Amino acid sequence: MSRTGVEQVPPVSQHARTGRRQAWLRRAPLLPALIFMIALTQVPFLASLVISTYHWNSLLPDETKFVGFDNYVTVFTDTDLRSAVITTFLLTATVVIVSVFFGGTIALLVNRKFFGRGLARTMLITPFLIVPVAAALVWKHAILNPSYGLLNGTLTWIWSLFGQQNAPQLDPLSTHPLMSVEASLIWQWTPFMMLIILAGLQSQPMDIVEAARVDGAGEFNIFRFITLPHLRRYVELGALLGSIYIVQNFDAVFTLTSGALGTANLPYIVYQTFYVSNEYGLASAAGVVVVAGTLVIATFVLRTMFSMFRTELVR
Amino acid sequence: MRSPASVVEPAPATTTPAALPAPPVHTRRRRSGGHLLLTAVTWLLALFFAGPVLWMLLTSFHSEADAATNPPSLLAPLTLSGYGEFFGANSGISPVRPLVNSLIASVGSTVMVLVLALPAAYALSIKSIVKWRDVLFFFLSTKMMPIVAALLPLYLLANYIGGLDKIWFLLIVYMVMNLPIAVWMLRSFLADVPVEMIEAAEIDGASLMTTLRRVLLPVILPGMAATSLICFIFSWNELLVARVLTGVSAQTAPVFLTGFVSSQGLFLAKVCAASMVISIPVLIAGLTAQDKFVQGLTLGAVK
Repeated sequence: MSRTGVEQVPPVSQHARTGRRQAWLRRAPLLPALIFMIALTQVPFLASLVISTYHWNSLLPDETKFVGFDNYVTVFTDTDLRSAVITTFLLTATVVIVSVFFGGTIALLVNRKFFGRGLARTMLITPFLIVPVAAALVWKHAILNPSYGLLNGTLTWIWSLFGQQNAPQLDPLSTHPLMSVEASLIWQWTPFMMLIILAGLQSQPMDIVEAARVDGAGEFNIFRFITLPHLRRYVELGALLGSIYIVQNFDAVFTLTSGALGTANLPYIVYQTFYVSNEYGLASAAGVVVVAGTLVIATFVLRTMFSMFRTELVR
Repeated sequence: MRSPASVVEPAPATTTPAALPAPPVHTRRRRSGGHLLLTAVTWLLALFFAGPVLWMLLTSFHSEADAATNPPSLLAPLTLSGYGEFFGANSGISPVRPLVNSLIASVGSTVMVLVLALPAAYALSIKSIVKWRDVLFFFLSTKMMPIVAALLPLYLLANYIGGLDKIWFLLIVYMVMNLPIAVWMLRSFLADVPVEMIEAAEIDGASLMTTLRRVLLPVILPGMAATSLICFIFSWNELLVARVLTGVSAQTAPVFLTGFVSSQGLFLAKVCAASMVISIPVLIAGLTAQDKFVQGLTLGAVK
C-alpha cells in the first residue's frame, strides 16, 4: 500500500478504507473454513446446552418440559452414569500409561540399527492400521473366544508340548471385561506412542550426545540427563493426544462387551441414553459433562501444542 | 493381548534383507552380545504386536471348521470360502453397498476438506492476519470436543433437513471432524516453504492462483498427500456417527461390521475375511504415508 500524498485532503479515511479492504482480502481465503466450522460445531453445542435443560423423551413428546438443571443432577446421582465416569477415567488412564510405557520401550529398541529394522517397524505399526471395529471383532471372536480363540488355543498348544492334557482355559471377556477392553486398546495405541517417541528420539541433536560422550559421560547418564528431558515433550504430547482419542472411545466398548459388566464408558452411555432409551434431555446433559471433562485435558493439550508451536517459530 | 505371537509363522524375518547399511565393523564387534539380545527382543515384540493381524490374515484363508479348532490348526489348507461368505455367497447379504458408501463418504469428505483447508492454511501461514493464532487454536479446540456431545443435535438437524440415512450428510459431518486436522497439517507443511519464494513470485507479477499452483503446490504436494491419507483413514474408520445417522441405504462398512458383534455359530473365517477387506484401504494408506504419519497424527507438532 503506497503512502498517499500530503496535498490530498482526506487521506485518513481513504487509508483506513483500503487498509480494511486489504485486511478482508487477506482473511477471505480463511472464511469459508472458519464459518463452516463455527456453524457445525458451536451451534450444535449450544443446542446441546439448551436441550440439556429439558425433560425430553422422543417417545413421549407430550411430556416435554423445561426442568433447569434436573438432568445434571441425574447425571451426577444416577449410579450407572457415575460408574461410567469412573470407567472412562480408568480406561483412559490405564491405556495411556501402559501404551506410553510399551511405546517408549519399543521406540528405544527400534531406534538402533539392526537386521530387518524396516520390516520390524512396519510390523509394529500394523495394529494401528486395522479399522477399530474390525480389530475389536477379531479380538472378541478370534482371540478371546473361550472355546476356540487364539489365547486358549495357544495355552492348549503349550501344555501339549509338555504332554499335558488339561491346559488352563481362560475367559477374560467374562471374568475381566474391562481389562480385556484395555488390552485390545493398548495393543492398538502402543504403535501411536511408539511413532511419536521415535520421532522425538530421531530429532535429538547428536552433537550434544557426542560432546557428553567425549566428556566421559556414561550411556546411562546420557540417557537420564540428555535423552529423557528431550523426550519429555514428545511423551506429553503423545499421552495428551492419546487421552483425547481414548476418552472418546466407543468402538471397542461397543464391540467387545456392549457396555456390559462395568465397561460402559461415557460415550457409550450417551449413545445408549440417546439412541436406545430416547432420553434426549438426559443424553445432552451427559454429553455436556463429557465436554467439560475433556476441556480439562484439552487445556493441557493446547498448552503443549502452543509451546511446541512457539519453538517452531523461533527455529 | 496375551497372545504369544511366536505361534504365528515368523517367516518374514528371513526373507527381507537388512535395509540399512551395516554399522562399522568395530562397533558391531564391541557390542555384539547385547546387540543380538536386544535385536531378538525387538523382533519378538514385533511379532507379538503383528501377531493378531497375522492370525487374522491366516484365519481368513481357512475353512470355518479349521478356523475353530483348539489348539489352532496353523497348517490347515487355505481357501477363499471365508471371503466368499463375507461377500454373501450363501446369505445373499452383500457388503458392496456399505463399502461403496464408505468410499464415497471418505473420499468425498477428504476432497472437500482439502478445498476448504488449503486456502485457510495459506491465509494462516503465509499472509499475516490479525489474531491468526487465535483462529488456529480455535480450529484445534474443535477437534478436542467429543463428538458424542454433538451427536443428538446433528441427528435432529439431519432429521429436520432430510439428511438421515443419507450419505451426503455423513460426508458433511466427516468434513467437520477432519477440517481442523487438515488445516493444522497443511499449515505445518506450508510453514516450511520459504517466504522469499512466494515474494519472488509476487514481484514477478504472479496472481494468487498462479502463486498457489506453480510455486506452492509442487512444494507441499507430499504434505497434501499425507493430509488426505490421514483424513481418509479417520473417515473410513468412523463408527459412532455413522451408526446413529445412517440406517439401511447409507450404511457404511464399519456399521455393516457391527452385524458380527454377536456370535453366529461358526463364522470366524468370515469375520476375519471381513476385517481384512475393510482394513486393506487403511493399511495401504497408512503404510504409504508412513514417513509423514507422525506429523499428521500430532497435527504437525512433531516433524
